[in-house]
Amino acid sequence: MIQLHLDGGNGVSAYMQIVQQVKQALRLGILGPGDQLPTVREVVASLAINPNTVLKAYRELEMEGLVAGRQGQGTFVLKSLAGPALNGHAELRVELVEWLQRARTAGMDDDSIAALMATTVREQIMARVKREEGAA
Amino acid sequence: MTTAVETINLGKRYRAAWALRHCSLALPAGRIAALIGPNGAGKSTLLNLAVGLLPPTEGEVRVFGSARADDPAILGRIGFVAQDRPLYRGFTVTEMLRFGAALNPRWDDDLARTRLGRLNIPIGRKIHKLSSGQQSQVALVLALAKRPELIVLDEPVATLDPLARREFLQTLMDATVSDGLTVLLSSHLVGELERVCDYLILLNAAQVQYAGDMDAFAAGHRLLVGPRIGTEDLARIGDVIQSTHTDRQSSLLVKTNGHAYDPRWDVRDPGFEEIVLAYLARRGTETEVTR
Repeated sequence: MIQLHLDGGNGVSAYMQIVQQVKQALRLGILGPGDQLPTVREVVASLAINPNTVLKAYRELEMEGLVAGRQGQGTFVLKSLAGPALNGHAELRVELVEWLQRARTAGMDDDSIAALMATTVREQIMARVKREEGAA
Repeated sequence: MTTAVETINLGKRYRAAWALRHCSLALPAGRIAALIGPNGAGKSTLLNLAVGLLPPTEGEVRVFGSARADDPAILGRIGFVAQDRPLYRGFTVTEMLRFGAALNPRWDDDLARTRLGRLNIPIGRKIHKLSSGQQSQVALVLALAKRPELIVLDEPVATLDPLARREFLQTLMDATVSDGLTVLLSSHLVGELERVCDYLILLNAAQVQYAGDMDAFAAGHRLLVGPRIGTEDLARIGDVIQSTHTDRQSSLLVKTNGHAYDPRWDVRDPGFEEIVLAYLARRGTETEVTR
């Protein structure tokens, strides 16, 4: 079982935050197939949010085939997201640590490292979108 | 879908002044509705009309399809918590429970005691010895023990500290899931209402400014920021809720109407609170920022 949290000030809608947190738990292997998500009532009573927000988030996860609702029992995980991306995890992590050390030696601080990371990821997404548009 | 509360051209006049006028809206059953507006906008008047405590001057209000506000069958289905936490201060919590049981045919004493127990409220204590958070919780639990289908709350969390507020809303949300309640609550705490509610009623100067889906409201507005524009250009944009200008820059909060905007506008998504404030500030639309 996981516990969901809400950050009121980050501009991401409550429903999207729930979707992202469940996915993150699936990616990290905190939740696996057969595990139960907190019931709507539990989430609503702990976060004091609108029940429809939770239902909408769970429906979205259902549509993506990640979870399934069972009548009167709750919502259960169907699929893990801790796939091949995480198998190479340890190795990638070592490489990342080495890279981070190089970045610090080059005089970058935490903020500029994070900024570089974000722009690079964004550029890659843009390039991929362009390629896909070109192919279509 | 059934309608919990419907008003048709509803109006209420106190002597010469209209507290509420031309109010037409339909709140579907099962929704949690926020009633937002500045002080004196007519919020309490609308709530009191909805629960039958005030007779309308014009138009009508229907609750679960019935226009008879004095119909006991309808009153039994409505729970109401007024602004001033209506409790007998000299009574103990247990005595309040006995009082509620005597007055309400559908009273659920077990439910009330279970909830109070979960909240660690000492039921042998007198009401005025409880904290204001606990008093609010008792008022809510009493209203819920009536097993209402519609619960109306007038500024229920206004005097509570943030923790007590959270706990109050937790109890309320828990009840909506387990009992399928329709909720209508007024408050000034816009941020909290955004989490809790899925339906919005905006009142300003005795008039309804918006009544509908909370999601559609949040998604239906844009903030345009760009070089200063004149009144003529402003008129052409249309659906401007609020415009502010400096000598060089104009900021417009607009309803999205499917039009594409001039590329010189920087288009942003305003937050819920920002949109609400723009509507509430709409007495004179034009605000001039001098610098």
